[in-house]
Amino acid sequence: MGGRDTTLVLLDENGIRCDGRKVDEPRRIMIKAGGLKNADGSAYIEFGDNKILVGVFGPRDVHPKHMSNTDTGILRVRYHMEPFSVTERKNPAPSRREIEISKVIKEALEPAVMLDKFPRTAVDVFIEVLQADGGTRCAALSAASVALADAGIPMRDMVAACAAGKAADTIILDVNNEEDQAGQADMPIGYMPSLEKITLLQLDGVLTPAEYKKCVETGIHGCKIVYELQKKALTEKYFGNGEK
Amino acid sequence: MENKRKYVIPGDVITTGPYRPEQNVILDGNKIISTAIGISEIYDDSIKVIPLTGKYIPKIDDLVIGKVVSHTSLSWELDINSCYVGFLPAQDVFGRDFSAHADELSSKLKSGDLVAARIANFDRTRDPLVTIADRDLGKIDSGHLVKISPSKVPRLIGKRGTMIQTIEMATGAAITIGQNGWVVVSCETPEGLLKAKKAIQMVDEKAHVANLTDQVKEMLESKGES
Repeated sequence: MGGRDTTLVLLDENGIRCDGRKVDEPRRIMIKAGGLKNADGSAYIEFGDNKILVGVFGPRDVHPKHMSNTDTGILRVRYHMEPFSVTERKNPAPSRREIEISKVIKEALEPAVMLDKFPRTAVDVFIEVLQADGGTRCAALSAASVALADAGIPMRDMVAACAAGKAADTIILDVNNEEDQAGQADMPIGYMPSLEKITLLQLDGVLTPAEYKKCVETGIHGCKIVYELQKKALTEKYFGNGEK
Repeated sequence: MENKRKYVIPGDVITTGPYRPEQNVILDGNKIISTAIGISEIYDDSIKVIPLTGKYIPKIDDLVIGKVVSHTSLSWELDINSCYVGFLPAQDVFGRDFSAHADELSSKLKSGDLVAARIANFDRTRDPLVTIADRDLGKIDSGHLVKISPSKVPRLIGKRGTMIQTIEMATGAAITIGQNGWVVVSCETPEGLLKAKKAIQMVDEKAHVANLTDQVKEMLESKGES
């Protein structure tokens, strides 16, 4: 949010972006599995300046009871931004945007999570954005998938997520806040790397068919980078630094 | 018996080929994919993953430790550390001639009581039915409850019961392990009880470590000297 910086150069003549990255370079990513004692599974992610904490509970009893499904378990996701996560205080009540992102993340996780093994139960995913800097839905989705694996919920594959977009007429990987505000397109992608399936694809902006194709490919490339880090986080927690 | 073991996370392709998928694996085309964090084991014709995390899911014939949470006039409900509650019908305790008027359920089991029970029946449609009508089952009168992660129960038992035998021999404690991760330890000496509890917690924390039995043995012996 905030006012637009008119002097901002999104991409200079050397192909360097406003935060010093190359066109196909993601931000610094750090993922940690575990960390919350009371949750069944948890994860913490730092994705550039985004800081997100995820806690997972379940499978557990469904309350209210009428929400339960006798055929399958249900997945419930709450995406929430802390009042201090953005420059101007954010009202802690769930906003229209947060409700939408909760739904989008839920639907991006559903193809991976094998809920049919636990009929009449619920799996709850709580996502708290501590600090936001563009691309929180991708970072949150990546962390949620690590937390679900940490909770031991059976999954067909991990879901890794990364955004691609277009700024200064160039397709770029991992759109940051400035590029999101001033750029031409933003495309968050959720991807299951082993099954090679896309679970989330949104697009805000205008792209030609050729650009669209390149954008999807760039995004998937980013997801694969995130996937390696998810794998590393889980391996570190469960197998120490032992042989892989 | 020795087979290729590998650390896997969900989505990892364990191998390809004509194997039968068993626990925690799925078949996608001819790829065998893990669905849990754990250790994969490849047998002659089948593959399974031993999970390192996760809640307890009832299986028929499992021995579990349950805690009575409530009762109706016909049955008790047991907390079995799962996403489902254990259902213990009154006939199981009072016998065939149980009558809802004559018999008072709380005279046999009150809420808060610990029970060693067996999962008699469980399917997707109903809560697990448990029974205490068997040898070694029933109300637990004495002992301490230790809670460990259900996925680590096989480690606590060890290969052919070696781990649990080691702990029982060194401390003189009697240990009942529920598959749901609840363990009851009873011992005549308080030192033995503390040591046994500590050993169980050690297994819970270090489940992934190799030759853990030796480490546990060492811990048990070293404390004995001091």
